[in-house]
Amino acid sequence: MKKRLLLILALVLVSALSLPVLAQAQTPVLMMATTTSTDNTGLLDVLAPVFQQETGIELRWTAVGTGKALAMGRNCDVDVLLVHAPAAEKQFVDEGYGVDRTEIMYNDFVIIGPESDPAGVRGRTVVESMKTIAEKKIDFVSRGDNSGTHKKELSLWKAAGMAVPDKAPWYVQTGQGMISTINVAAERNGYTMTDRGTYIKYEATNNGDAPLKIIVEGDKALFNQYSVLCVNPEKCAKVKYDLATRFREWMASAPTQQRIAEFRLLGKQLFTPNAR
Amino acid sequence: MDYLLDGLVRAFVLLFSLDPETYSAIRTTVVVSSLSIAGSMILGAPLGFLLGHSTFPGKRGVRMVVDTLLSFPTVVIGLLVYAMLSRRGPFGELELLFTLPGIALGQVMLGLPIVVAMTATAVENMDRRLRLTLETLGASPRQVLATTLWEARYHLALAAVAAYGRIVSEVGISMMVGGNIKWHTRTITTAIALETGKGQFAMGIALGLVLLFIAFGVNLSVSGLRRLAEYDR
Repeated sequence: MKKRLLLILALVLVSALSLPVLAQAQTPVLMMATTTSTDNTGLLDVLAPVFQQETGIELRWTAVGTGKALAMGRNCDVDVLLVHAPAAEKQFVDEGYGVDRTEIMYNDFVIIGPESDPAGVRGRTVVESMKTIAEKKIDFVSRGDNSGTHKKELSLWKAAGMAVPDKAPWYVQTGQGMISTINVAAERNGYTMTDRGTYIKYEATNNGDAPLKIIVEGDKALFNQYSVLCVNPEKCAKVKYDLATRFREWMASAPTQQRIAEFRLLGKQLFTPNAR
Repeated sequence: MDYLLDGLVRAFVLLFSLDPETYSAIRTTVVVSSLSIAGSMILGAPLGFLLGHSTFPGKRGVRMVVDTLLSFPTVVIGLLVYAMLSRRGPFGELELLFTLPGIALGQVMLGLPIVVAMTATAVENMDRRLRLTLETLGASPRQVLATTLWEARYHLALAAVAAYGRIVSEVGISMMVGGNIKWHTRTITTAIALETGKGQFAMGIALGLVLLFIAFGVNLSVSGLRRLAEYDR
């Protein structure tokens, strides 16, 4: 008899736990695919509750690289995208999958490396630096995952007039997120490229004393634009275009832009709003 | 080295301060793994019985397929289930992507072969006189199934524990099908992957320890049930 009692008890426990999960269909839910930098820095954790409070829409997001986020849009699995790879976004729009591309904010990419700067590229332009790192065969760690940062890096090799050093022993492709990739670069005493927001987060995680420092910055070629795109309702009938539009407008609105500007770690601003 | 000690301390802090994010991940893990293990057992036990009990041409082939599926990589299951549940996929209409039942579906595919294989082995190794006795007494097929599974209950419990261990610790399916959505489909394992990705190793270790506590609790209750059952007899 005791056994049966225990079994019933277990069943009751499990169903009690699952009830709140099943009974939450009322609030409208907007599904977004975004890049790791907006999630890992904590920006969305700040914005999402305000968005829900002001519009009654619950924002849910999955943080993947920009390449995968665009693929999820193509598959109609998400309603809206927050990504940072302008060339790929344009293609996405041209193919008819995305509409209403709206620029929201920017920061910049930086090349980070060991304090000692073994390639001696501190203060040079990004193209020169990449050439020098390649010539001196110092480790360069790449995301290698088709993310926005990876796409940018590939375009920089091209701008340097070089083939991507795919198989070179000093060129390390992690296929992982940004901070994991930075950690690999730190372990190998090499260079890598990251967006400034993620770098500040990395500094904050290391209590302000990160093993890798910013070596190259301020080059125009390192500009990093983030945009919101709605998934085209004509391609994906089930997509919540109305909710996506409200999110897009909310992101570009003055109060939200102000919040983005005020989002700081270690007293440093991570993203600069630039919606028009 | 500090990671380990720091992680241990954080694990206790998270658990005893009732940290809402941690408890959300724990609840998600418990709910989804319970759904998955229930699905695996409900489907797997009868199938395992059939495989162990009956003889049919090609049985060895089926056994081999089941045994091969034991080493199905979770990321491949995740990919397959994602492709099936995507709005572009054949079952997109069900809208199961990024939901707990969606994850459970994938995890059933993970747990099922374990339950089937272990049940089949248990049934095969059972005293043959049981079957003969049942048949002489004129038991219906369903009664044979029920009685045999009842006699094999400890082995079934073992199968459940083994399957549960794999389900609760997998990350590929939860990540790909669930999407690691905060407050909704973020399980302990996807939270660990995220925290590690963010460079918060101590937090990752803390969540790993929480997962171990859960596994310990499950094993403890299974062995408790078993003792109780023996005492009952």
